[in-house]
Formats: sequence, C-alpha cells, structure tokens
Amino acid sequence: MIEVKGLYFSYDGNEVLHNINITIHDGEFIAIMGENGAGKTTLIKHFNGLLKPSKGEVLIDGVSTREATVASLSRKVGLVFQNPDHQLFSETVFQEVAFSMRNYGYPEETIRRRVNFILETLDLRSYAETSPFMLSGGERKRVALASILVSDPKHIVLDEPTIGQDHQQKEKLKNFIVQMNTQGRTVIIVTHDVEFVVECRPKVILLSKGSILAEGSYDEILSDEDLVRRASLVPPQIGLLMSSLRDLGFNPATLDVYQAKSAIEKRLLSNVSKTL
Amino acid sequence: MIVIKAQDLTFTYSGSKKPAIENLNLEVKEGEFIVITGPSGCGKTTFARCLNALIPSFYRGEMKGFILVLGMDISKSTTSQLSKYVGFVFQNPENQLFSLSVERDVAFGPENLGLPREEVRRRVEWAMKVTGITHLRHAAPYELSGGQQQRVAIASILAMKPKIIVLDEPTSFLDPLSAHQIIETVSNLRSEMEITIILIEHRLDLASRYADRVIIMDRGRIILEGPPSKVYGEDAEAIGVGIPKISLLFNLLKREGYDLGCTPVTLEEATQAIRRRIMDDRS
Ligand SMILES: Nc1ncnc2c1ncn2[C@@H]1O[C@H](COP(=O)(O)OP(=O)(O)OP(=O)(O)O)[C@@H](O)[C@H]1O
Ligand SMILES: Nc1ncnc2c1ncn2[C@@H]1O[C@H](COP(=O)(O)OP(=O)(O)OP(=O)(O)O)[C@@H](O)[C@H]1O
Ligand SMILES: [Mg+2]
Ligand SMILES: [Mg+2]
Repeated sequence: MIEVKGLYFSYDGNEVLHNINITIHDGEFIAIMGENGAGKTTLIKHFNGLLKPSKGEVLIDGVSTREATVASLSRKVGLVFQNPDHQLFSETVFQEVAFSMRNYGYPEETIRRRVNFILETLDLRSYAETSPFMLSGGERKRVALASILVSDPKHIVLDEPTIGQDHQQKEKLKNFIVQMNTQGRTVIIVTHDVEFVVECRPKVILLSKGSILAEGSYDEILSDEDLVRRASLVPPQIGLLMSSLRDLGFNPATLDVYQAKSAIEKRLLSNVSKTL
Repeated sequence: MIVIKAQDLTFTYSGSKKPAIENLNLEVKEGEFIVITGPSGCGKTTFARCLNALIPSFYRGEMKGFILVLGMDISKSTTSQLSKYVGFVFQNPENQLFSLSVERDVAFGPENLGLPREEVRRRVEWAMKVTGITHLRHAAPYELSGGQQQRVAIASILAMKPKIIVLDEPTSFLDPLSAHQIIETVSNLRSEMEITIILIEHRLDLASRYADRVIIMDRGRIILEGPPSKVYGEDAEAIGVGIPKISLLFNLLKREGYDLGCTPVTLEEATQAIRRRIMDDRS
C-alpha cells in the first residue's frame, strides 16, 4: 500500500506540491494526469524515496520513506524515469536489463531466463548485445522499462511509459502491465496519453498546479470536458465525437472506438427498420 | 521549388549489419507540411539526421545515394552551415539545452544568425510566448519538468525562423492541450512565411488536420504516402500504424457494410458524415 499524507514539497523554497493526500491499495491501477509542470514527476519520485517530503509523509507498505533507504525501497517500488537517458549506463542492453537482478543477488540462470523473457515481451531480443546508446528513442525507452520490470517489483511506477512508442508497442506494453496488475502488482502510470488510458481503464488522479483536482474512474474523468481542460488535457477523440452527436442520442461517456462503432451501427439499423 | 530531394538514399550505421534507411526517394516542396510516421526503429530519426548533416558528419556509417537540402549536398556540407536554414527539434529535449537560463537558450540561435539586438529580443519574447514559457525565463534547464524542457527546445528553434523545421516527436512530453496549441503555432508559421515542416510523430490525431502529406516508413523504407485522408484507409491499419481513432472508426464501420463515403481526418468531418448518414436514412 502507498499512502501519501499531507505531502508538501518545495525545490529551494519554491513549493510545487501542496497538501497531497492519496491512498493507493495493493493491486490498484492508477493513472496520474495533468498539465506540464503540475508536479506529477515530483510526486512519484516520493514513492521510492528519491525525494523526501518537505512536510507530511509517504508510507510504503506502512514504512515511512524517511526511515528507509532508496535501495531498500526500490526493491519494492520499481520506478521508470520519464527520460530513459537518466537511467541507462551499461554497455549492452542485456547487461542493462540484468543489472538490478544481479545487484539483488539472483542466480545467473534465473537472471538469464527473466531477462530474455522481458526482452522478448518488449521486442528487444535482437538488441541484447547492442549498446543502449545505439538504439532509437522508442527502443531506449523500452530498455528503461525492461530494466525495471525484469525484477517484478510489487509496486510499478512508470513515468510516461508510452513516449516514443508506436501503436503495436503500446498494445504489447498495455497487455504486459495489465497482466502484472491482474497478478496483484500495483501499477501507477504518469501519462499524457489519453488514448492509452482509455485502453488501460485505470482509476485517474488529476493533478493540477501541485494539487489534486479530481479522482475517479477513467471514463467519468475523461468525459468531463471542462474538468479535463482545466488540467490541460483533451478528451479522447471518440469522446469528443460522441459529445458532438449528443443531440442524436449518443453518449459522451463512450470513449472506446469499438463501443462507438456498435452505437452507430445500432442507430443506423434502427433507422432502416423505421423506414421499412 | 523543391527544398529536399533524396534519391536512393541508404545509410548503414557503422557497426550495424542492416541499413537504417534504404533506397529512400522523396521530394519535398517549399511550404509543405509533412508528417512522417512508422514503427519504432523504422528509421525516422535517421532520415531526420540527414536533413541537417548530422549524418554523415557526426554519426559514422556508410551512405549511398544522395540528398540535397536547399540545393546543398549534405555529404559536402556541415551541420553548422545547415543550421542557419534547418531548425531541428530533437527527440530528447534535454540534449538540446545547454545555457544557464531559458531565455539564454532561446536567444542563442538568433544571436548566432547575427541579427540586430532589437530583433533578437523581439523573437525571443515571441517564441517564449507562443510556447508558454515566458514565466520560466530565468529558470535553468535542469530545474524544468519534461514538458517545460520540450517547450524550450521548440521555442529556441522557432526563434530562428528557419526555412525548414524538422521536429522529431516534439510533443512526446507535452500535455495534450499544449501539444495542440504548439502544432497549430507551427502550422500558422508556415502560412505566414513559407516555412517547410517535417514532423515526425506517432500521435497522428494531432497533426493530421494540418498535414499536406503523410509518409509511412517501415524497416527503413517508405511504404505508403499521400494526403492523410487517403493514407488512413485500411492499408495503414494493416501495417499496424496507429491511425487517428475517428479514421479507425470509419474503417471499422465500412468493414461492417456502412460506408460513410470518406476517411475523416478532423472531428468536424466525422461529425458531419455521421449526421448526414443518419438524416439521409430517415428521409
Ligand atoms: N530539479 C528541480 N529544481 C527546481 N524546480 C524543479 C525541479 N524539477 C521540477 N521543478 C519544477 O517543479 C514543478 C513540477 O515539476 P514536475 O517535473 O513534477 O512536473 P510534471 O507534472 O512531471 O510535468 P511534465 O508533464 O512536464 O513532465 C515545475 O514547475 C518545475 O519547473
Ligand atoms: N547511433 C546509432 N548507431 C547504430 N544504430 C543506430 C543508431 N541510432 C539508431 N540506430 C538503429 O537504426 C535503426 C533506426 O533508428 P531510428 O532512430 O532512425 O528509428 P526511429 O524510426 O526514429 O524510431 P523511434 O520511433 O523509436 O524513435 C534502429 O534499428 C536503431 O536501433
Ligand atoms: Mg514529468
Ligand atoms: Mg526516433
């Protein structure tokens, strides 16, 4: 469980988080969204103790981050940075991804199996012996994701996981994190990608100007146009379409393209049967 | 006027076995707005690096064919020569910021062009304003959030008002509303001053309404190109490109036997087409 209690945080006297209170239970799937500079990255850096509260506290499974080391926290909380270049340092992709497990002292055979599995999952298998610095932007981001996901942390925190990813890579990533989530891992993503959120269906926390603006299910939040715009987001395209066809009886909370397809089909069918 | 001409352009990074781009042929006219998309690793950034001669002068490898940018052969030009004309927003904004303050970073380019001080100041203020970073002018790059850094990178290129702007996933760190606004600013710039825009993007819903042409690459090659409404038909979907959800919706409906007569690129087009069909059926 991750508990944030009355958290304030300042960088050199500049307060960027104001009285944040959140409880995230084991096995929840959360998306933190909000405008550039809202404080999302600052907030999640508290989850593995990289930043300590200026006031208030953050508890990971009941232990205050003030009383734990980053090393012990990062075994429980796997955090992938927004910018992969802040994370990568090894000579090959395999070494990079194996690093944390080697550090935790797993047997080499277990490490090899896990690393190969995760490289396969994220479409990186053919780059195992390549330098991370010779990869494309999207590939580097996937290496950063792999190097954290490999050790199967209990709480997974991903800052902008879909950056640089194409449609198919996003699909694979979604399947993988949804699977980890159904196996009981807590998943927290920070993202601007509203379409990805529609596909993952998490609970959404809107953060704006360092405070929590709203919390709720993804469809409740993302179909509320005014609210979403206050956090500098734009509703998903399908939601906007349904909203502009509201007078014809369509539901603005329909955000998924397949649901929209069925709704339109149904409408066209009923039209035909009326004229017959 | 043709501003970019690539012919059978092939580039293999030294140390790799297969080319990152292969037999690329492309002509871009002055003032065109081009979107390049395709799977991660397909060679988009590699192509972009040719446009300001980072390839072949900085990245080593073997180049075949040729590419002319504003008539200059990139294999005989340097990045600093080209940087006057070709503005480049990198995929990773941090790699582009080096000054001690936002304001200094944005002023660097125009100062280097040798513009009068008054003009430099005007451009810096304008560029910071349209990217929404005026309030951050004294901040250091490392004190900024990811999206703020990306805005600074974009502002510093806009301030140079180059002939060609190359943007490599410029919105990946931006919140959606700002991403829309910044793409719109870039597009307006084009109508005002015949700037040519090459935008590399995975998020096709953003830029499609402004694009003259969408180019889809796969494994180093161009495999599909044309106006967005043509490209977002079923072929692009089959390749696995994440076409805008409204375009996808119309493709799905068509497959079920409801052909609404177009592949919409904008929300207005989609709304109208559905409205028209429902009304037509009624009468
Ligand atoms: N190292 C730092 N020193 C000083 N100020 C900082 C630092 N890092 C971030 N800030 C400021 O704190 C605020 C919150 O930044 P943060 O990185 O948490 O935002 P964010 O919500 O993650 O934004 P983005 O979507 O752009 O990544 C911003 O105003 C930023 O300028
Ligand atoms: N500096 C480099 N040295 C060697 N190989 C490289 C280098 N940069 C990229 N590559 C390889 O060249 C291919 C094309 O990479 P490129 O960066 O052009 O892809 P991209 O289309 O921009 O991908 P993304 O969407 O992930 O940014 C990839 O297979 C990549 O691994
Ligand atoms: Mg951030
Ligand atoms: Mg790239």
